Amino acid sequence: MLLIRCPYCEEERPELEFRNAGEAHIARSANMSGESDDDFEKFFFIRSNPKGIIYERWRHMHGCARFFNAVRDTVTDKFVMTYKAGEPKPAKLPGVAK
Amino acid sequence: MSGAFRIPRAGRLSQAKTARFSFDGQSYTGIEGDTLASALLANGVHLVGRSFKYHRPRGFLSAGAEEPNALVQIVRDDARKTPNVRATVQELYDGLAANSQNRWPSLSFDVGAVNDLASPMFSAGFYYKTFMWPKAAWKSLYEPKIREAAGLGVSPDKPDPDHYSSRYAHCDVLVLGGGAAGIAAALAAAETGVRVILADEQAEFGGSLRFETGARIDGQDGFAWAQAAIARLGAMDNVRVLSRTTAFGYYAQNFVGLVERVGDHLKAPGHDLPRERLWQVRAKRVVLASGAIERHMVFANNDRPGIMLAGAARTFLNHYGVAVGRNVGVYTANDSAYAAAIDLKKAGVNIAAIVDLRDNPTGPVIDEARALGIEINFGRAVIRAGGKLRVSSMTVQPKNGGGERTISVDAILMSAGWTPSVHLFSQSRGKVAFNDETKRFVPGTYAQDCVSVGACNGTDGLSASVDEAYAAGAKAARDSGAKSAKGVKPKVDASESWSRGMLGAAPGAGPDTTVKAFVDFQNDVTAKDIRQAVHEGMRSIEHVKRFTTNGMATDQGKTSNMHGLAIAAETLGKPIPEVGLTTFRAPYTPVTFGAIVSHARGPLFDPTRKTATHPWAEAQGAVFEDVGQWKRAWYFPKAGEDMHAAVDRECVAVRTTAGLFDASTLGKIEVVGPDAAKFMELLYTNPWEKLEPGRCRYGIMLREDGFIYDDGVVGRLAPDRFHVTTTTGGAPRVMNHMEDYLQTEFPHLNVWLTSITEQWAVIAVQGPKSRDIIAPLVEGIDMSDEALPHMSVREGKICGVPTRLFRMSFTGERGFEVNVPADYGQAVWEALWAEGQKHGATAYGTESMHVLRAEKGYIIVGQDTDGTVTPNDAGLDWAVGKKKSDFVGIRGMARPDLVAKGRKQLVGLKTKDPKVVLEEGAQIVEDPKQAIPMKMIGHVTSSYWSQNCGRSIALALVAGGRDRMGDTLYVPMPNGVIEVEVTGMVFFDETGGRLNG
Ligand SMILES: [Zn+2]
Repeated sequence: MLLIRCPYCEEERPELEFRNAGEAHIARSANMSGESDDDFEKFFFIRSNPKGIIYERWRHMHGCARFFNAVRDTVTDKFVMTYKAGEPKPAKLPGVAK
Repeated sequence: MSGAFRIPRAGRLSQAKTARFSFDGQSYTGIEGDTLASALLANGVHLVGRSFKYHRPRGFLSAGAEEPNALVQIVRDDARKTPNVRATVQELYDGLAANSQNRWPSLSFDVGAVNDLASPMFSAGFYYKTFMWPKAAWKSLYEPKIREAAGLGVSPDKPDPDHYSSRYAHCDVLVLGGGAAGIAAALAAAETGVRVILADEQAEFGGSLRFETGARIDGQDGFAWAQAAIARLGAMDNVRVLSRTTAFGYYAQNFVGLVERVGDHLKAPGHDLPRERLWQVRAKRVVLASGAIERHMVFANNDRPGIMLAGAARTFLNHYGVAVGRNVGVYTANDSAYAAAIDLKKAGVNIAAIVDLRDNPTGPVIDEARALGIEINFGRAVIRAGGKLRVSSMTVQPKNGGGERTISVDAILMSAGWTPSVHLFSQSRGKVAFNDETKRFVPGTYAQDCVSVGACNGTDGLSASVDEAYAAGAKAARDSGAKSAKGVKPKVDASESWSRGMLGAAPGAGPDTTVKAFVDFQNDVTAKDIRQAVHEGMRSIEHVKRFTTNGMATDQGKTSNMHGLAIAAETLGKPIPEVGLTTFRAPYTPVTFGAIVSHARGPLFDPTRKTATHPWAEAQGAVFEDVGQWKRAWYFPKAGEDMHAAVDRECVAVRTTAGLFDASTLGKIEVVGPDAAKFMELLYTNPWEKLEPGRCRYGIMLREDGFIYDDGVVGRLAPDRFHVTTTTGGAPRVMNHMEDYLQTEFPHLNVWLTSITEQWAVIAVQGPKSRDIIAPLVEGIDMSDEALPHMSVREGKICGVPTRLFRMSFTGERGFEVNVPADYGQAVWEALWAEGQKHGATAYGTESMHVLRAEKGYIIVGQDTDGTVTPNDAGLDWAVGKKKSDFVGIRGMARPDLVAKGRKQLVGLKTKDPKVVLEEGAQIVEDPKQAIPMKMIGHVTSSYWSQNCGRSIALALVAGGRDRMGDTLYVPMPNGVIEVEVTGMVFFDETGGRLNG
């Protein structure tokens, strides 16, 4: 069972308290109804599914109930870092070679 | 005397404390402290089981958890019959009853042994080859027969009467394995004051010190040192010492599963004790001290009872005081078996001969054996064992061929060397590395914060192991935050040490032979099977493993992995590291379901949610149905009524007078804040800004893809306050969906969301008399149609308690939903019921609710929709705000496929024969005479008998359904084709006049 650091509770808590909520940093258009079919496809259907670093949304479901973002390595399952919803994609990751 | 093979003054058990036990109905006497294995061996019993595939007679291979053969059933009573217990691990208690497994009619005469003669049929991959064809025979014939024939043991057929417990624990340093290395590491860590847990699978700590008579530490016998050290550790506040505790799984971030056997060794465990306790430990650092497992020699008939690992024989002698034979042969490729021969010889057991594959080894143990007068044969191999139910001889030959010589024996001790136990390391996702010099896999690259010490790390010799472990324990403590250390490292005064050994098949079991030389005893895999797998094209060791079953199942290759790998590598002509080791899987040894499930069974398996009126409904004799976690009243049968009759009566009563229905399970969310209406605009398809406070609206929620996600009636209580209802099953996910958008997409909106599902009990009163029933109990609400029209909500009081009174209908009748604080739910229900009795009202359940709403064509999300249905498909276009520029799903709904012609649309169906009720889920076709597979154009989503309509009614999703009004379609069923007519969705009161009736 993984330990996940909730950036709101500022604590590492067991995985059971959390829910994954899919890939992060996919912006919903401010002009949704005007989106082209291609743009909507990219927004709704296309996900990166990388081997390695992935940016995800998680929710501290059975804790503070906040959604936040996490950087995880899909090979080792290790969480590199977590940060609050709305914060930009981190430019530099701790302990990860560029 | 507790057995003829008990050696006076040998071992550590007190002869005075005897324990009676039985095996296959025969009574024996053992000693307290024995395992079932040592007690049986003391009585000269070696034959304890039949093998998995060939039903060959089997005895004890080992003295520990690596035992592949001696699996027995322990019977405490009718419900407690534990199969596959390792006799080498099961501690003896007075009255223990054990049975052998996998034999019929008896252990010494087993009909299944014919498999041994028919063995060519059962060679590698036999499951895949023999039972391939015909396909249909697999389910009906092969699989049941294989399961019956191949099972190891029999499962108990009664519920488990024992209880289990589960604990979480956190520590700084977790030490797994309580031999000399583990104890040294635990001491080093514990002395710094950090929190330490030390666990060992055995009843007593000490590991190989149990048999290593040559070990001395801090001036004491090694085993005595271990007991003293454990006593010291156990007395420290920062240390938890767990014996009989197996680390079975190593998971992410130093999360380790341990199972502690609490009651299985006790005569009368008592119900205040759990049988087992699961420990889920999170450790800052883990020290792996899991030791090494001795390997057997791979030669013909090496599985005969009486043939065992040399270290096991030493354990039986030096710890339990039991000789495994009177005339013992030894077959070895390393020094450690000499120590066994020497110990037995000194205890008065005749050593018939030592057969050593090595050419001219030298060393102190060899000198000592020679000095004791034991015959030693170098450069020779045991090419076969004689005997059937018990070994009777060993046939010896120079290893490069030559004359044979047969020596009478009643036991053979064997040792091919020791395999480091890297199971837990491998489970931690660490990568092993092959040491070419010592021919073994040792921990290489670590994936977690752990360290291996002692024999499991490939460290030879007690002194080096203790040094390494002590240093590692101290470092683990420092790394987890310890400040100072003040301990003293244990000093090893004397130890045993031995060299390497061999891998693979021994001479006489080579590629040119067809003998049964077992590699994996538990899975009945021979050297020949491994070679055959390679010859048949298996190249990867993972494929060889699955094709032969070598190292699979509960055994996880403890004794067999390295031999199997070496034989595969030799056959492939590749070096061992290129072929690679298979992955070790958790659990290390089998774990009971009880330990994993713990108290989460029966009523505690899943929470049961009951509404406030549950006791009332129960008292009325309601039949309940499960809806998610809820228990809901399904129908209320009167004496002599079946479900059909009860539902007919309830449905008619609602439309004639009135019915009371508990709708409390509906999800309820309060959306509050200055931007509440803006938020509702974005989350629902409908417009909300202009909805006046005090009015309600039926809302549809979509996902971003444009499909219906949920629906429900929403009441606006105030400009900044909405009372939202959701489907019963949808409540949690709708809340999650709303929170997601509020927190991450629309965080600028000033809104709060609160789940109020459990705060309000909801009593639906529906029917022409509904207002007459409610009105006398209500205060402060004008109940007239002008003041409280259909689809409106008022706050006031009912029976003196606060209410949110909704005028709404899910039946098509004049209707109300009375929301009251849940604590008053039953009292208000009873008051309404009493009032209702004056008007002939009835209580109705979920079944009637379903029928009544279907009569009106009201959909149920999740039944009439399936996640691929748009509002238009469901005929709900009117509920989509046409002037809105954004809501969740607005763009998805406009996707080309979602606006294309021919989509499945919800319609009504009437069977041509009004008495025929369609089956929900039944498929619909245009032409019933077409060839199979037919083109299906839709399916039935809801179908009921409607007493109010006097006929059956159904809803269905049909391709282009709204263009087919009046058409005849067909529902092919096993008993014939049913003709149906496509109709609108409203079957009763099409004009809706009854809403105000
Ligand atoms: Zn949190």
